[in-house]
Amino acid sequence: MTGPVSWLGLVTSLALVAVAVVVSLWQHLGLGRQIAWAAMRALVQLLLVGVALGLLLTPGRSLWWSWAWIAGMVIYAGDVARRRAPEVPRMASLAIASFAAAAVITLGVTFGLRVLPLNSRTLVPIAGMMVGNSMTATVLAARRLVDELRDKRDEVEARLALGQPSRLAATPYVRAALRSALSPQIETTKATGLVFLPGAMTGLIIAGVSPVHAVLVQAVVMFLILGATATTTVVVALGLVARVFTPDHRLRPLPLGGGKRG
Amino acid sequence: MPDLGFDFEDVTVERDGVRALDGFTAAVPATGVTAVFGPSGAGKSTLLRLCNRLEVPASGRVLFRGRDIAGLDPLQLRRQVGMCFQRPTPFPGSVAANLHAADPGATAVEMTAVLEQVALTGSWLARDATALSGGEAQRVCLARTLITSPETLLLDEPTSAVDAEAAHLIEQAVIELATAGMTVLWVSHDAAQVQRIADRVLRIDHGRCIAVDGRPSR
Repeated sequence: MTGPVSWLGLVTSLALVAVAVVVSLWQHLGLGRQIAWAAMRALVQLLLVGVALGLLLTPGRSLWWSWAWIAGMVIYAGDVARRRAPEVPRMASLAIASFAAAAVITLGVTFGLRVLPLNSRTLVPIAGMMVGNSMTATVLAARRLVDELRDKRDEVEARLALGQPSRLAATPYVRAALRSALSPQIETTKATGLVFLPGAMTGLIIAGVSPVHAVLVQAVVMFLILGATATTTVVVALGLVARVFTPDHRLRPLPLGGGKRG
Repeated sequence: MPDLGFDFEDVTVERDGVRALDGFTAAVPATGVTAVFGPSGAGKSTLLRLCNRLEVPASGRVLFRGRDIAGLDPLQLRRQVGMCFQRPTPFPGSVAANLHAADPGATAVEMTAVLEQVALTGSWLARDATALSGGEAQRVCLARTLITSPETLLLDEPTSAVDAEAAHLIEQAVIELATAGMTVLWVSHDAAQVQRIADRVLRIDHGRCIAVDGRPSR
């Protein structure tokens, strides 16, 4: 290995996982096994992805393989979103549509306007960050909207009873869901550089890229994540409105939540 | 036979495998106050929700002024057939914002007029609708329904969650509206209230109409 972290370094860093396990044991959290499993699973997944990316980024390899990788990533992300928000009707297809829309817009701007050069080395990581970073907000928007419409059903039906079309009747709850889903990303963006150094920039600096160039890349990534998050949340929210209301403007029954938050 | 407001023809509504209405058949004239009276769980609210298509029947037909409501534009129907719910549902914002939610083009004069119909005044327009008492909020909700100028008013136990004074004011307001020509369906399980307000009583139990009793006058 020629990078800044050796295999021995990697093994040594597992001491930090041990710290988390010790905290769990000390405070009787019962999370030790989960922490160890999560760390090992992440490591194995990253190694497998590293191998796959190595194949994907081989010079001369067709860019279509990268697009196929992104398509697979979007579909898998849809499944993850479904499992995180089981109470949201047909969440997987909604999430896939929202990630696909975000991919078209953000990758279109980033590569179509030549902000970054289009090749496998830029396309796959950028798409990965786009999907990964907008996942939480997408799930949050969908769950919040379903919660709002279910908990304020009386209010929603009062709006419908006034003759408001379902899209208009849902507007206040869509706004609340979008605000709550986008606020954390906006706060993160505001705090970037002051409170924390983001992963992409840190990784580039560690890999030897000059801090100024690392900052430029990070800024692009940050704006891309902001744009992607706004796109995925609005697509998922409007798509959900179309599904939870009938074509004749009635609110369908909505199940109670029970899945993992986030 | 008087003009028909609503005509229910063998209507069945199922919810979670339970029949909320089970072959309900009845006709409601297009005049005065018709009280829908029966015990809890009899299907009264479901019957009302059918009238402006917040609910649809699994079988049977509901006719409004002789036309099957399944074939009517639901948004237009709901502006003709206004509904006020059991619990007050003020929207966040001022009383004026609530009235504008129902009629975005309503003027201050129109809003004041509709507030006066429910024994409030124009000075209430700037008040926060979510900070009102239950009775006040219910009267604002009634005004919000009335500002769309509905021909028919559906009231789902509108006084069950308000104090006696507010209940009296709501009853008076609705009786005046009915006297002025509005058709009213009022769901109630309060026999004394039914005696006070109704021109006729549609008795319902276990999802079926068991009787329609006329009364000479209020």
